[in-house]
Amino acid sequence: MNRIAVIDLGTGNLRSVARALETAGRGDCEVRVSDAAGDVSRAERIVFPGQSAIGSVMGRLRSNPALLDTLVESMGAKPFLGICIGLQALYARSSEDGGVEGLGVLSGEVRHFLEAGGGTSGSFNDPDSGRKLKIPHMGWNNVCQTHEHPLWQGIEQCAWFYFVHSYCAFPDAAGEVYGVTSYGLEFAAAAGNRNAFAIQFHPEKSQQNGLKLLGNFIHWDGTL
Amino acid sequence: MGLAKRVIPCLDVDNGRVVKGVRFVDIRDAGDPVEVAKRYDEQGADEVTFLDIVASSEERATMVHVVEQVADQVFIPLTVGGGIRSVDDIRSMLAAGADKVSINTAAVKNPHLVREASECFGAQCIVVAIDAKQSSNDMSPSWEVFTHGGRHATGLDAVQWAIKMAKYGAGEILLTSMDRDGTRDGFDVALTCAVSTAVPVPVIASGGVGGLDHLVAGIVEGCADAVLAASIFHFGEYTVQQAKQYMAERGIEVRL
Repeated sequence: MNRIAVIDLGTGNLRSVARALETAGRGDCEVRVSDAAGDVSRAERIVFPGQSAIGSVMGRLRSNPALLDTLVESMGAKPFLGICIGLQALYARSSEDGGVEGLGVLSGEVRHFLEAGGGTSGSFNDPDSGRKLKIPHMGWNNVCQTHEHPLWQGIEQCAWFYFVHSYCAFPDAAGEVYGVTSYGLEFAAAAGNRNAFAIQFHPEKSQQNGLKLLGNFIHWDGTL
Repeated sequence: MGLAKRVIPCLDVDNGRVVKGVRFVDIRDAGDPVEVAKRYDEQGADEVTFLDIVASSEERATMVHVVEQVADQVFIPLTVGGGIRSVDDIRSMLAAGADKVSINTAAVKNPHLVREASECFGAQCIVVAIDAKQSSNDMSPSWEVFTHGGRHATGLDAVQWAIKMAKYGAGEILLTSMDRDGTRDGFDVALTCAVSTAVPVPVIASGGVGGLDHLVAGIVEGCADAVLAASIFHFGEYTVQQAKQYMAERGIEVRL
């Protein structure tokens, strides 16, 4: 039995993440939603999901040092999947909430769409059409794969995935980017480093493409 | 390539059952929310919205159970609305597996609920539903916000109210024209575009869809980010797939 820990930092729809993993695993995995360090160290693979604000997510993580230590240790050893805030938290820094220090597994920075692409006008416009773009970036968009990865197996190039976020990642290292999406500007929709893979979109809400990716994660040994 | 315009079937739920006659061929129980949501998911719906039309406090427990069952089997975003009055109501719906919760009357009664909920759970899961009726007939129309399913006038201007709700932390506006709702005459595109261009957050057009041209008009003339419809899908006139195909043929980016 494949043991998966879904880290519970009190934000987001964790039930859907757990059910989607169970569905993708077809009965071959045991999913535990938990904030206990013991569950994380016992698990064979880790999922770090999250919505809402990164400040509260990192705050809760730092207030649980046993969990933080186990998580950092696991990130160097076990197959790890970050989802949404779980991607943003892997970067060194986010400008959200007045500046939040992340885990620094990936190099780069997380910024608000408006801050990254809006300039001083206060609105965020599509450079091609000149039309105002709404924030949050909410709905289905294409994720174009920039490098091969075991988690992309069986997923079409530029497949549709469901997004909902106002902040996005701007990586420093192109080698750490596995997929990009355009919304007024291009941002990292998927990034990774060795056994850690992270996605800005929500696989648990992305129908068949999402379940496929989660199934790939369940069978991934953490190598490239 | 790019962010797709969304097509969202809406289901009215009463005491745990889908009402307003959903007709699908080869479906065992058209009143079962799980079966209906699954069918829309298979047809390519981008999201599904459930509205609890009675929404008494006793019914809320039933609705939570419905949300749990649907969320366990349907892996697209799920919005729940109807009778949401407090942060606790929102919490229980999100814990059950809803991705977004829609607030209507309670937001008018207490706008700070929206702010509190958004701070607590994030703007991405707080939808403010606005029911609006045209209040002037001149060359520059205006619209008034109504609550309690269109029965109570509030005196609020719909565009100003939408702007305020976005400032308070609504991540999305679900905008229903009470003049058009149930008429099958199409969206009030003037209302929709007035609101959609005034707010920084996505707007879902609702109320009045009677044909596929109306969905196109909602996006093109109404400047909407998503279109919501009930009866054209429920009565089997069109599948969601047909609707999206029709929109795509008219140059609208949809997920096919």
